[in-house]
Amino acid sequence: MSQTTPLAKPAAPRTVIEVGQPRGFLAAEVIEKSGTDLNRCYQCHACANGCPFIRAMDYPPNLVLRLLQFGMREEVLRCKTIWICVGCHTCSSQCPMGIDMAAVMDTLRLMAVEEGVAIAKPNILDFHEEVLRSLERYGRAHKLGIMWRYKVKTRRWLSDLDVGLKMLAKRKLDLRPSRVQAQEEIGDLFKCYWRESK
Amino acid sequence: MSLHHQIDFSYFPGCSMATTAAEANMSLMQSAKILGLNLIELSDWNCCGSSSAQTMCKNLSLGMAARNLSLAPAGRPLVAMCPRCLHYLRHAKVCLKKDPETHRSLEERWGRPINLDLKIMHFMEVLVRFGLDRLKQSAKRSLTGLKFVPYYGCAVFRPPDLEKEKYYQGEMEDILVALGAEPIIGAYTHRCCGSFLSATDPEIVTPLVNEIIDSAVAAKAHCLVTACAMCQLNLEIRCTSRERLPVFHFSEVLALALGAKDYEEWFVRHLVDPRPLLQNLALVA
Ligand code: SF4
Ligand code: SF4
Repeated sequence: MSQTTPLAKPAAPRTVIEVGQPRGFLAAEVIEKSGTDLNRCYQCHACANGCPFIRAMDYPPNLVLRLLQFGMREEVLRCKTIWICVGCHTCSSQCPMGIDMAAVMDTLRLMAVEEGVAIAKPNILDFHEEVLRSLERYGRAHKLGIMWRYKVKTRRWLSDLDVGLKMLAKRKLDLRPSRVQAQEEIGDLFKCYWRESK
Repeated sequence: MSLHHQIDFSYFPGCSMATTAAEANMSLMQSAKILGLNLIELSDWNCCGSSSAQTMCKNLSLGMAARNLSLAPAGRPLVAMCPRCLHYLRHAKVCLKKDPETHRSLEERWGRPINLDLKIMHFMEVLVRFGLDRLKQSAKRSLTGLKFVPYYGCAVFRPPDLEKEKYYQGEMEDILVALGAEPIIGAYTHRCCGSFLSATDPEIVTPLVNEIIDSAVAAKAHCLVTACAMCQLNLEIRCTSRERLPVFHFSEVLALALGAKDYEEWFVRHLVDPRPLLQNLALVA
């Protein structure tokens, strides 16, 4: 479902709302994990109006909060919006209620990965994982390596070839990674749930 | 500039400045040297964590940023140019202030203190404190005639928990106006460049980038100037508009005004060659 502007076309009512968990349960969990009180939201849509990526999202950010309040766990954790969000904080700084939407999105992505639900934008998850692999190996991001492995994983060989070649020609992609000396300190940081779940 | 003006800073380059945007780093170092600001690269720094660590694991994200704080020697402010790095470094400081237990455990883990009074500042703030008049006096070329869009991207937006931190809105204009350039209003200056979506989903980013560049063209700007290396790259590689404009790193324009000579090395790395524009304005030979 794609929406042009959230004001022009409110989301069509979605079949039956089956509230699996008592209302407020899911919202309370996300409030606790994200440290932002999303129940202050009064659906003014400022976040949605400011978000540059709204056209690529399946739910506008304000609706994500609504779904949380309705306890619609699957709907939220499986939506594209949480992966499309780049954390630019445009919404967070415009929200009249001081809700940190980007923190909510961060929290929901983590929950989606932890709970192993179907990821709506698997290529974005793949990309983040490749970046982290690079950080784990070198302590710094080695862009050529990241893009190469990302391409291998997603098999999008030809998409963007021209851009990649231009960047190589302009020597914007270093062949060799630069690395941190104290590798053990970096390795140590990766002993967290993300690594152990792989 | 005489030595007693020399001021020491720890400098955090970050992954983009160190590689993809080497031209931004070179011009930044040149500018600092000319002004007598001693930027000492943070020894053995690591990636600030970036949005990928933030997405996948909060502890990892905090740990990566915090390790950099633990490497910063006491007594000098930590300076970053990349707004995202700055954001994650500051965020780590705020988090550790709120969470003394994690603070202690990270200090023990690395056997180094993490100074939570460490001043973390953006290079533009360093310049403003240096003094715009002094900056003007150090200039060798006037930027007169250069019409630029100050493109901040999302860099000035902050999560509510950083709201007490310094806001950089307007600093780019202040600095470049002091050097003779003319800011253009009416273009998109704070629209996000697309960040990692430029790598994963370029078809989402291209129309947005085109809107940004088209708005600058419509406002009759000569170029865009950005404080963020990722913005610079995304605006260059994702634009498919017929009319395109050069996109400068802030430090390139600064170094040019301060009389740096090795600009050829930076400009050949641009996808939209800025030299015709600068030659027209007689800013470069
Ligand atoms: S801007 Fe804030 S209050 Fe308004 S809809 Fe968005 S989250 Fe709710
Ligand atoms: S932080 Fe996410 S939801 Fe908010 S404006 Fe940016 S991309 Fe949109």
